[in-house]
Amino acid sequence: MPKVTIDGQTIEVAEGTTILNAARQAGGPSVPPAMCYYSSLKGSGGKCRTCLVKVTKGSEKDPRPMPKLVASCQTPVMDGMEVASISDPQVTTARASVTEFLLINHPLDCPICDQAGECHLQDLAFEHGKSSTRYEFERRTFEKIDIGPYIKLHMTRCIMCWRCVYLTQQLTPERVHGIIGRGDHAEISTYIERSVESEFSGNVIDVCPVGALTDRTFRFKSRVWFLNPMDAHRDCPTCSGRAVVWMYGDQIYRVTARKDKYGEVHEFICNTCRFDKKDKNDWTIEGARNIDRHSVISQGHYDESALTVR
Amino acid sequence: MGRKLLLEHAQVPGINTYEVYRKHGGYRSVEKALKSMTPDEVVEEVKKSGLRGRGGAGFPTGMKWSFLAKPEGVPRYLCCNADESEPGTFKDRYLMEKIPHLLIEGMITSSYALGANTSYIYIRGEYSWIVFILERAIAEAYANGWLGKNILGSGYDLDLYVNPGAGAYICGEETALIESLEGKRGNPRIKPPFPAVKGLWQSPTVVNNVETIAAVVPIINDGGEEYAKIGIGKSTGTKLISASGNINKPGVYEIEMSISVEEFIYSDEWCGGIKGGKRIKACVPGGSSVPILPHYLITKTAAGETRMMTYESLADGGFASGSMLGSGGFIVYDENQCIVRNTWTFSRFYAHESCGQCSPCREGTGWLEKVLNRLEHGQGKMSDIDLLADVAKKIEGNTICPLGDAAAWPVSAAIRHFREEFEWHVNERTACMERNYGLVSEPVAAV
Repeated sequence: MPKVTIDGQTIEVAEGTTILNAARQAGGPSVPPAMCYYSSLKGSGGKCRTCLVKVTKGSEKDPRPMPKLVASCQTPVMDGMEVASISDPQVTTARASVTEFLLINHPLDCPICDQAGECHLQDLAFEHGKSSTRYEFERRTFEKIDIGPYIKLHMTRCIMCWRCVYLTQQLTPERVHGIIGRGDHAEISTYIERSVESEFSGNVIDVCPVGALTDRTFRFKSRVWFLNPMDAHRDCPTCSGRAVVWMYGDQIYRVTARKDKYGEVHEFICNTCRFDKKDKNDWTIEGARNIDRHSVISQGHYDESALTVR
Repeated sequence: MGRKLLLEHAQVPGINTYEVYRKHGGYRSVEKALKSMTPDEVVEEVKKSGLRGRGGAGFPTGMKWSFLAKPEGVPRYLCCNADESEPGTFKDRYLMEKIPHLLIEGMITSSYALGANTSYIYIRGEYSWIVFILERAIAEAYANGWLGKNILGSGYDLDLYVNPGAGAYICGEETALIESLEGKRGNPRIKPPFPAVKGLWQSPTVVNNVETIAAVVPIINDGGEEYAKIGIGKSTGTKLISASGNINKPGVYEIEMSISVEEFIYSDEWCGGIKGGKRIKACVPGGSSVPILPHYLITKTAAGETRMMTYESLADGGFASGSMLGSGGFIVYDENQCIVRNTWTFSRFYAHESCGQCSPCREGTGWLEKVLNRLEHGQGKMSDIDLLADVAKKIEGNTICPLGDAAAWPVSAAIRHFREEFEWHVNERTACMERNYGLVSEPVAAV
């Protein structure tokens, strides 16, 4: 099994593991942020460039360093590889610049965005962003559209991670939406605003790292940090029925799939569970769910020193 | 008079037809290769020739071919990259329009060398009429037994297809080209795996430029060693140069890679000097994405040596004082041209052509374009100049494919060499809209 050293921390991982997953196994502050990679979606990753790392030693056999920063979610580890993540200023500078690029066309409408509080872009901006912008031009905007009765597409907030495209391609029987256009004017869209109709389409909301795809049954109902996430399950003929219900008192405000530490879902849930079962009696509540990564929900996630405004 | 290996018969009437092409020695390389050489011997000959990729990167073709994986029972493919979209480059268009059979012949010989039984010519959508020229040539080649089953009784089969794209610069990147050939959106793939291992339909694939494949013909006809005698050092053979801009004789020229830049610009055999007897201000020697050179670095390197039309000499001094031969899109600017406007034009192109897959290129190219637009129109600020340099630096090297670098280099180079002109645009807001800056001054250290 290959051994890899990330920021001085050595770990042994299975053959073919990517640097990102090796770092996740090791844990700690060296884990690169990932805005587009999603382990359960084949072909995802490599696009956002936030997970760039520096390979200072290629492997035991070929110790030459790699000439450029590499996307850690796409690069498999080699035995004896040495990787610099947050320990190298070149890497942190690159991440800061990618963060800046992602934010120049982002509306920064967090105060009215349903994703706020569990948004990966908020986390990224908090860790690698600046408090001011150098961008002085009009930001790219799009009209909001409804793709079906349950999902709202707010393209203006999109960071083009492609996760929802991969999800619908891999989870649903037919290709329902994709990317139209190129460059900074590219957009996620269904062809002539057709609705996305599939029993599993609601999962695009969970994989979206930002507030571009939101739950129409939950929009503007509550801020996520006012709700109590509870593990719950029900007998569902379509999916596993294992989900998280977000409650305020006795009332279920929304249902999501169970996300891991890195915000990834491994068991996708069906639209019936997600959108229709909002009665407490529909579910067997297992107990409170610990959400341990996201900024606003997990109070105290950041240490005091990180809270200084830069 | 330089030797011409590719365009020797370009002006012969009817050379686009099979009969005339054959009469002028066409398809000899296919006969020679299929009848008397093994595929490995063809590869060996190309290696000996020192031929380097003519699409821009200049990677040795023989070496690229030898990297091709050859697993049992898996088909291999050769794709010809005719998606010539680099601003300032039009050599492949000329070659395909004039002598389409040269490309077909090169495709057959190269496919034989690589063991490919199906090959593709991926051509940009804007060259719609050339599709018909090529298809007619292919039909003639089939009719005369140069394509199809059991070519020349050698037992080697080859089918050749022309596949037009929909008009995207990005599809000239080899993995985007492959995606587009597969019928998908033309987005570059993340490498590794490289196309030599997993390319078209997950099979080993070689992607070569039109001119590279055409150059295989004289290499096989005359031998790799003979080819390598032309040129200087590692820049062997002849190169097609698309000359444009403020010169007396713009056009496509085939040069031996042993002439100097000065000779190329001022000799009557080639560009014929600057139009109207004006002074030269700048030169982009290899297509829009390579660094621009100011007047004092065009004919001489920073070290004072004569600059030659070779890969090495044009790159002499690195990006600080050199450039690249690239695809041979040679653009000359006279003293009346505005570098800020030119840089903005290039940036607009890259912002339009970025595929939008990875963040630095998608957002960065648009940002560069907007700032340059402001500067060009007298609305810029002094801090914009450093901002441009910084944004360009942050795109470079952080993207999936080289389009990010291609968008960043011309901006960085323009600021490096023409900063005073940018500053003048900020200080003289009205004047910059009415007249041009003229030549930039030569830094003292460079004398």
